[in-house]
Amino acid sequence: MSTPSGTVPPPGGPANPGGVGPGVPAAGATQIHNIGYRKYDGPRLGRSYAMRSLYTQSLRGAFGLGRSAKSKVLPMILFAVMCLPAALVVAVAVVTHAKNLGVGYTRYAILLQAVIGLFLAAQAPQSVSRDLRFRTVPLYFSRPIERRDYVLAKFGAMSSALFVLTVAPVVILYIGALLAKMDFGDQTKGFGQGLVSVAVLSLLFGGIGLVLAAFTPRRGFGVAAVIATLVISYGAVSTLQAIIWAGEPSSAITWIGLFSPITLIDGLQTAFLGAHSAFPGGVGPGAGAGVVYLLVIAGLVAGSYGVLMRRYRKVGL
Amino acid sequence: MIATEGLSKRFPRVTALDRLSLDIGAGVTGLVGANGAGKSTMIKILLGLSPATEGRAAVLGLDVSTSGAEIRERVGYMPEHDCLPPDVSATEFVVHMARMSGLPPTAARERTADTLRHVGLYEERYRPIGGYSTGMKQRVKLAQALVHDPQLVLLDEPTNGLDPVGRDEMLGLIRRVHTDFGISVLVTSHLLGELERTCDHVVVIDGGRLLRSSSTSDFTQMTTTLAVEVTDSDEHPDGTGALRDALAAAGVTLLESSEPGLPGAGHVLLVEARGEDVHDTVRDTVAQLGLGLVRMEQRRHHIAEVFRQEKEEVSA
Repeated sequence: MSTPSGTVPPPGGPANPGGVGPGVPAAGATQIHNIGYRKYDGPRLGRSYAMRSLYTQSLRGAFGLGRSAKSKVLPMILFAVMCLPAALVVAVAVVTHAKNLGVGYTRYAILLQAVIGLFLAAQAPQSVSRDLRFRTVPLYFSRPIERRDYVLAKFGAMSSALFVLTVAPVVILYIGALLAKMDFGDQTKGFGQGLVSVAVLSLLFGGIGLVLAAFTPRRGFGVAAVIATLVISYGAVSTLQAIIWAGEPSSAITWIGLFSPITLIDGLQTAFLGAHSAFPGGVGPGAGAGVVYLLVIAGLVAGSYGVLMRRYRKVGL
Repeated sequence: MIATEGLSKRFPRVTALDRLSLDIGAGVTGLVGANGAGKSTMIKILLGLSPATEGRAAVLGLDVSTSGAEIRERVGYMPEHDCLPPDVSATEFVVHMARMSGLPPTAARERTADTLRHVGLYEERYRPIGGYSTGMKQRVKLAQALVHDPQLVLLDEPTNGLDPVGRDEMLGLIRRVHTDFGISVLVTSHLLGELERTCDHVVVIDGGRLLRSSSTSDFTQMTTTLAVEVTDSDEHPDGTGALRDALAAAGVTLLESSEPGLPGAGHVLLVEARGEDVHDTVRDTVAQLGLGLVRMEQRRHHIAEVFRQEKEEVSA
């Protein structure tokens, strides 16, 4: 991308500011005249390629790749913060010859939810608010892609970025567990459950983050909206659960968990993925309530897609 | 290139296009109309992004209602508004837009370098767009519309916000898009004067209806109008005014300027030249006043005059 201007025949240049007149190289008796306009006869890869290009660009952008050095700082720091505890857990397990990792594969993302939240708050607005604010969206829609392609590419890229962020420590834990010669079958099962858990988490969080960001063309508001939504919902849910637990523990604790993204994931994996719930007293939903959790998550993911589609209906041109 | 048949677009409260039938061939075509005349609506429909209420439209022989993606692959679009992210360089941005048009990565980079050079962006193309002047931004916008080598580009008010020099450069560039690059152009403007220099063909719409469609030469046939511009002198601080009075006294008919708002229009006198002797009269009068004659040239009709005339006919 940063090809120096001197590699290919360089007609023009600063000596030729007005237009595309003949370019004259500084050295040599031979004058290289403007090669003129060249037609493009090569392949045009169409709509699905364009959509994949947008997906790749957005995914790389979430980690600051292909952007300025400054915009790499935060995502890279968060990525490191996400992985560091996993590495420590592994180190301790290997040194002490432990039979188990200190932290479950499914539990890890719940413990580090703040880091995930920060990453989402920083990168979701980066992904969609900029296009809206600088009105680049109409340009996209003047290309072969359709509204659906744009939304899917952005949604996919945001979720993939979250998946990369959340799956990395799970992989570290798994590799560490195998190095520490823990039981292969147990660890692989736990690892698989962890993968499913962070995949669902990535879809859910990606959708919520993009919807919030897509309604706030100003990046700062987008950041604040994402953080506020995650913190307030989790704060309210966990406080209510704690109050009920301290008073008369009841199934209400389970149902309240439906109202914040992270407790939704917690409930889902407690019901189906063998996780230990982080709810007070460790009482997560059983299989029956787990189905409701699953439905709510699926509804939120589908709803996020629907809202984004609606949002971009008005933006075209 | 573009054909529409009874094309209408109605919104709940306004009719943007009203049974518009057009047939636009290759070359540079100007789409002229006041703000709100339906130009942008027309472009949206041609790109297949907004369904027409009734009627049909085809671009490059493809129906807009069914082949939107194919059309957009072969057509470039330069929006009227700002659309550039400030924190990336022109090169990065145009490469990305080239890929969004379906160009493979290597071709996207090569075409970006070529296209940016053709629109006149050199070393600055590696700097973030946020630091560019309006003229440079317009060039980047044009470059992203041309980077995939379309057969047709739709330029929405490309001279907006430019100073007179920038305007001339942009218009020259648009002309070259057709003559040198072989790409047909549909350019919208609310300034008629701009388009007569640039376009082969002009379509005038007003209130969503076709007012007139014909070649630019039809609009601006040679007339017997002389444009005269003189200098001021110490004796006559307002040289133009002095000449106007003197010519009127000599019985020469003076015409109203067609573009009173344009810079410099106040310094140009338009004289109706019925015979050869009018040239002599003007020359002698200028000499008697002791003014410098900057230019005396035959004028073409401006499209604006025709447009005004058409409007009067329609409203009558």
